[in-house]
Amino acid sequence: MNQTATSVVVENLTKRFGDFVAVDDVTFEARQGEIFGFLGPNGSGKSTTIRILCGLLRPSSGHATVAGIDVARNPEAVRQHIGYMSQKFSLYNDLRVAENLQFFAGMYSVPKNEIPARIAWALHMAGLDGRAQNPTSALAVGWKQRLALGCAVLHRPPIVFLDEPTSGVDPVSRRQFWDLIHNMVGEGVTVFVTTHYMDEAEYCNRLVLLDRGRIVAIGTPTELKSRYMKGQLLLIECEPLGPTLELLQTAPGVLDAAVFGSGIHAVVADAASMAPKLRELLSRKFRPGRIEQIAPSLEDVFVSLTAARATGKEVAA
Amino acid sequence: MRSTPAILVSSLGKHFGDVVAVDQLSFDVHPGEIFGLVGPDGAGKTTTLRMLAGVLTPDSGSATVAGHDVRLDPEGAKRDLSYMPQRFGLYEDLTVDENIRFYADLFGIRRKEREQRSAELLAAAGFAEFHRRLAGNLSGGMKQKLGLVCALIHTPRVILLDEPTNGVDPVSRRDFWRILYSLVAKGVAILNSTSYLDEAERCHRVGLLYRGRMLFCDRPEELKKRFPGEVVVVHSPDPERTRDALSQADAAREVLLVGDRVHVFVDDAGRRLAELRSCLDAAKISYDSIEQVAPSIEDLFVSAVQREPVEQSAAKPS
Repeated sequence: MNQTATSVVVENLTKRFGDFVAVDDVTFEARQGEIFGFLGPNGSGKSTTIRILCGLLRPSSGHATVAGIDVARNPEAVRQHIGYMSQKFSLYNDLRVAENLQFFAGMYSVPKNEIPARIAWALHMAGLDGRAQNPTSALAVGWKQRLALGCAVLHRPPIVFLDEPTSGVDPVSRRQFWDLIHNMVGEGVTVFVTTHYMDEAEYCNRLVLLDRGRIVAIGTPTELKSRYMKGQLLLIECEPLGPTLELLQTAPGVLDAAVFGSGIHAVVADAASMAPKLRELLSRKFRPGRIEQIAPSLEDVFVSLTAARATGKEVAA
Repeated sequence: MRSTPAILVSSLGKHFGDVVAVDQLSFDVHPGEIFGLVGPDGAGKTTTLRMLAGVLTPDSGSATVAGHDVRLDPEGAKRDLSYMPQRFGLYEDLTVDENIRFYADLFGIRRKEREQRSAELLAAAGFAEFHRRLAGNLSGGMKQKLGLVCALIHTPRVILLDEPTNGVDPVSRRDFWRILYSLVAKGVAILNSTSYLDEAERCHRVGLLYRGRMLFCDRPEELKKRFPGEVVVVHSPDPERTRDALSQADAAREVLLVGDRVHVFVDDAGRRLAELRSCLDAAKISYDSIEQVAPSIEDLFVSAVQREPVEQSAAKPS
């Protein structure tokens, strides 16, 4: 295993497709044994960055090294040092469980004498002991997902890239999957992960938030929540939600409002002075419950940093 | 006060070989209501939606959509509903705009309405700069969003959505919920299956489906009252170690890491708080707060689903 402290170095990385800039002058470093989370709206450049780091796409400018290897100069060598799991899991549905593992062991050049032990390890990790001969197509999504992870790390790569690995997977299976990620990190593996589930973003050591190809925030989950939120946050409990939301969206002093679980989060400049004003406004039509200032969640930060431009347009229209 | 249901399902059943996918299922959805269908993978959500959409014939029971019996008159039902399957049929060699126009024509939408509606939907989807891109060149999440735009281009009486926001970012998910609320305000009935349990909280009613059967079906706040026991939440700078330590406590029936917090299921929070505190002190774990909270839909989901074996029908032993 690679023992250097930095496993991924990205400097001024840029990728253009025609005149569309998918990744725009991105710079960051990921350390060994870190869970590094990539967040951002759809189309913000997350998957493109990951594909460059995996040696699957050439950067237009800037450069990146993975496990000390330059991804543009030596993409073949990079692939021997990484595991990659895409959104679609890339398993062969018409093969049996063991045949999928055999296939990936061959593709990643796992030494012949190690293959049986590695396959047994992957089956155990995925919770598929005794099911090696099951058809892959019959597995439920959670099992397929864990099998795909097993396939991606058969060759013991020091760096693993997971591109939305838990999309559409139920909460119980998602938790089991994250336990597997924590185990790998405990063994010194660096994990790169993209997700749209903000509760999962909390499990990362560090996060990068991308918007339109650029980094708009970088830091630990705690740093993101304390440093980057624009304005203060009020939690408002008031039924019925739909009409309350409409009223709040046009209320003076409310910068943004959205439904969160069974309440509404409203962004305001000064929570202490706005709380009584909003209570008075809502009381004219409804019977508001709690209205109080709360600490922002990662989702609030995400929305405030990436929706700023779009919301500005809506307000102006 | 209640209207005639827009969707009425009674004792609906469907099996594939010897796997029972949907088992004696009954529920209804009213005009102006968003009904959320949640459940683990393989619970029967997609099979149910496909039967309601008239693309799969039930084995037993009955279902009507906008007054049409889906078994006797599936074509009639299809005229009054919009169905968005998990993989929406986009034409990859057409652009975003062309796909939208194709579906608008298919549903007989007039040009003026189409232009207004698609501008509104494209803005919500954050698609403004991508409208000329080929659908085949969109990322997974963006394809999902385009599918939603196409499915919502007309305003039918019933909308069936199968995990519509998978892979969709939080900003767009919020914007789509705004659109869903505006549709129900017009009296549309929406049946929405989802694996995001925070979205389930936003539905008027939620049904928890497990092994083809409805375990619970009620308004979110009522559902939470069915939670067996109480929930204690611990905020700590080191949530993982906190979880591991609390897992050792006798009082803890279940310990979950939920983002940056730890949820502990107990029988009686008032009585058990002291025990949990001393457990953390014994493990020398510092924490910012420990307090009882109302259970979330996710807490209920986890406790209901884990009480039965987690073995899924699709992965039974050979």
